[in-house]
Amino acid sequence: MSRTDWEVVIGLEIHTQLNTQSKIFSGASIAFGAEPNVQACGVDIALPGVLPVLNKGAVERAIRFGLAIGATVAPKSVFARKNYFYPDLPKGYQISQFELPVVVGGHIDLLVPDGKGGAYEKRVNLTRAHLEEDAGKSLHEDFHGMTGIDLNRAGTPLLEIVSEPDMRSSAEAVAYARALHALVRWIDICDGNMQEGSFRCDANVSVRPRGQAEFGTRREIKNLNSFRFLQQAIDYEIQWQIDLIEDGGKVQQATVLFDPDTGETRAMRSKEDAHDYRYFPDPDLLPLVIDSAWIERVKGELPELPAALSARFQGEYGLSAYDATTLTASRETAQYYLDVVAAAGAANAKTCANWVMGDLAARLNKAELDITASPVSAAQLAGLVARIADNTISNAIAKKVFEALWSGEGESADAIIEAQGLKQVTDSGAIEAIIDEVLAANQKSVEEFRAGKEKAFNALVGQCMKASKGKANPAQVNEILKKKLG
Amino acid sequence: MIDSSLKDIAAALRAKTVSAVELATDSLARIQARDGQINAFVTVDEGGALAAARAADARIKDGSAGPLTGIPLAHKDVFCTEGVLTTCGSKMLANFTSPYDAHVVSLLKAAGAVMVGKTNMDEFAMGSSNESSHAGPTRNPWDTTKVPGGSSGGSAAAVAARMVPIATGTDTGGSVRQPAALCGITGIKPTYGSVSRFGMIAYASSLDQGGAFARSAEDCATLLTAMMGHDPRDSTSLERSYDDCGASLAQPLAGLRIGLPREFFAEGMSDDVRAAVDAAIAEYRRLGATLVEVSLPNARLAIPAYYVIAPAEASSNLSRFDGVRYGHRAAQYTDLNDMYCKSRAEGFGPEVKRRILVGTYVLSHGYYDAYYIKAQKLRRLIAQDFAAAFEQCDIIAGPTNPTVAYGLGEKTSDPVQMYLGDIYTVAVNLAGLPALSHPAGFGAGGLPVGLQLIGKYFHEANLLGAAHQFQQATDWHTRAPAVQEA
Amino acid sequence: MSLSLDEVRHIAKLARLELAPGELEATQAKLNGIFSLIEEMQAVDTDGVEPMSHPQELAQRLRPDAVTETDRRAAFQAVAPQTEAGLYLVPKVIE
Repeated sequence: MSRTDWEVVIGLEIHTQLNTQSKIFSGASIAFGAEPNVQACGVDIALPGVLPVLNKGAVERAIRFGLAIGATVAPKSVFARKNYFYPDLPKGYQISQFELPVVVGGHIDLLVPDGKGGAYEKRVNLTRAHLEEDAGKSLHEDFHGMTGIDLNRAGTPLLEIVSEPDMRSSAEAVAYARALHALVRWIDICDGNMQEGSFRCDANVSVRPRGQAEFGTRREIKNLNSFRFLQQAIDYEIQWQIDLIEDGGKVQQATVLFDPDTGETRAMRSKEDAHDYRYFPDPDLLPLVIDSAWIERVKGELPELPAALSARFQGEYGLSAYDATTLTASRETAQYYLDVVAAAGAANAKTCANWVMGDLAARLNKAELDITASPVSAAQLAGLVARIADNTISNAIAKKVFEALWSGEGESADAIIEAQGLKQVTDSGAIEAIIDEVLAANQKSVEEFRAGKEKAFNALVGQCMKASKGKANPAQVNEILKKKLG
Repeated sequence: MIDSSLKDIAAALRAKTVSAVELATDSLARIQARDGQINAFVTVDEGGALAAARAADARIKDGSAGPLTGIPLAHKDVFCTEGVLTTCGSKMLANFTSPYDAHVVSLLKAAGAVMVGKTNMDEFAMGSSNESSHAGPTRNPWDTTKVPGGSSGGSAAAVAARMVPIATGTDTGGSVRQPAALCGITGIKPTYGSVSRFGMIAYASSLDQGGAFARSAEDCATLLTAMMGHDPRDSTSLERSYDDCGASLAQPLAGLRIGLPREFFAEGMSDDVRAAVDAAIAEYRRLGATLVEVSLPNARLAIPAYYVIAPAEASSNLSRFDGVRYGHRAAQYTDLNDMYCKSRAEGFGPEVKRRILVGTYVLSHGYYDAYYIKAQKLRRLIAQDFAAAFEQCDIIAGPTNPTVAYGLGEKTSDPVQMYLGDIYTVAVNLAGLPALSHPAGFGAGGLPVGLQLIGKYFHEANLLGAAHQFQQATDWHTRAPAVQEA
Repeated sequence: MSLSLDEVRHIAKLARLELAPGELEATQAKLNGIFSLIEEMQAVDTDGVEPMSHPQELAQRLRPDAVTETDRRAAFQAVAPQTEAGLYLVPKVIE
């Protein structure tokens, strides 16, 4: 049992590969999955005499990101060399940005699940985001005891996004990473494909006794490429640090790797004396100047951002913060939802939300489909919602219709309702007749109800629904049955 | 015929009194006969030269020849030449056949110049005497016990010994101007950014600039014009219109204000150099120039500033030489780190290693501000000094070297002694200004003395014009060494 | 400013340059000579002076985002010390 109340401090550095056509400093392709070294041109393999030239598309995406997080886009930023030796770093230095990055400041507002079914709001501030080049890849499979180097990835444009150490739990870290992931896809600067390495997280983790102003010594967990690993790695690391300190040890600054098989973090062996990167401005590149006209143009081309759209959903459609956030997790989902509401009417916005986040999401998840590949179109879903709203069908029947739409049994909700005769029965006369039949056939239940057994009422309702093949309007059944039973 | 001016050679080619093949053959024969004692060439490409000469003859025949078509040319071995060894004077690249052409090489190929070979140089352009080459020292054609100057000593010697009429070089702290002076020929370094550095193996990126050697200012103008121009593959290559460097050759000197920096005429020059320089300046006055005393108060700091900035940039530029993708790899090593350390220790000579160590140190943590930043600040002061001086004059003149060529081995035991020979030239590179050296007479031992002319940014034509006027009235530049033939 | 032997060893390590046992002192001596030269920089006050990295105050040129390079692997790897299956081979890297 801990004697100390520990506070966890987490900052994330996230490397996003920008979805340009070519590399940040050369005209080679960045397409994933090519044969080794066929997309590594002279500049990428650092032949003697080659020089870097900056890709405008990478800069444009950095500007877009800066605007999306409310940061300052630096009018002048400088590329610097980060010097160290590693086989996947052909020049022996990485071109990055050090003292003057292209984006400064900014923030992301999150909803963090509280573990009890609810969620709370949190703002995470960003320190900076800067442009740099990715390194190549090392393949450690056996080449007679050697490592194989593939430089296709060397030179891929990266935007490194650095947060302030504002997070206090793995849940907050994951929520932040997810929100950032959704945002970079939303503004179309990164495809977010974590298996392909498009979005990689490094977590800086430290602990301190609650109330202490100074930060504890932090360790950096590198290269986490799934949200699950991010959470597991942080949780393990936190416990490891606490255990160490409580046993009388001191946390040494280190770079650590997470082993998904064991669930443990482990300090990297080869890190000799702390790196001295000897940063200095790259003399092969001139300062990057971004004028306000360019920023304004990019601003004008930005789509409505998730935060703004979420606020609109809450304001105009009365959705909860949680629902609005869920629906703005991706641009595709948000667009789908907007299309459904446009067709079904704003008055039905909440019902639309429930269906998109409920039945549709569940089926898409099970089938491992993206919403853009949904067999049920927004128009079709809107048609379904409209028929619930005007009482043509009950919720229960609607689920049947949804299934039918999903399997492609009909072109529209109406077509299916018609073909399968699913219209809800709302004629009181017809309902009365059904009720009378049921009452007649279920004397026992009637007597039990009259004797005070509440459950018998539900049983009778059930029988009525069954007798009507589920088509009777449940509310009316309840009402009329109550009246009849007195 | 290759002893004639480029104009005369071109006329003869047009008149078909000589063919490009004959010129190339003659050049190759002279190299064969003379280079044994000079060692100006690392690689002679007989096959390539004759093929290029045949192509040049075809162009001359169909009337599409330019001023350089068919002219034999040597490239300093710092320029990447596709399919031809490019060694940079180093064991590190002794086996490196470049897979691509430098921009300058492409330009001169397109102009129809006929490359006969690659010239010897100080290893990785670091040196002022051409004694540090892996291919052995180059000897001064005027006295083969003396140095030719460096780092472009091979190119200077090749032109001085009349093996080729023109050659390319590079100048980072004086490496075109100094060997030109010590070998009795004309050599020019243009404004930083006017000659593409793409394919020009980097020593100090913010100081390196490609330059031209010839036996006259007029011929330098032809070669330099063909080398200049914007290259989109070099981010430091200036986008502007480039004038013909020979545009001002005929301009008389009347009214030209020549500034004489008092700091260049204090002690430091040997008496024989002073006598020749003074006489040359007197000749300029006789030709109509006015002399003005100017001051470059921070000139004395150019050497320490240069020997911080150049090694710093070099230490990073040379990190790519690691034995992984090209160049020398050690035969024996225990692990990756050992491979790096041994390959680089074996591949680099002592001067290169020293400069890498100096550069690594001045960029390292805790020293960056005191050294690198300090040097960059001095750089600005030096540039400002020149700007102020140029308010009072059009061209600055002074000695190129403090002495005539010294003996091989005389200064190799103390690097600092070697560095101090750069006192008149390095400030120019720090400021990025254009400058040339032309023959001004002879000193002790019958060895050549050069006069340096420094111009305002983009005023190459003025410099060459002034030198040309001097060369119309004098004949120092026509003197040739007596080279013993094998 | 003069470097200790340890400092020389340290920068040689950073620069991945193996110094033979005999070389260390000689290198130290030569480096210290060079640093004495460099110390002369401190003679001038540069407070308030902006460092200069390029002679012209220009901005980086931007290249349009397009693929312009083709596969030249064979040519590039022809000069490589050791390759296999299109990969550059190096001694195994241990993390």
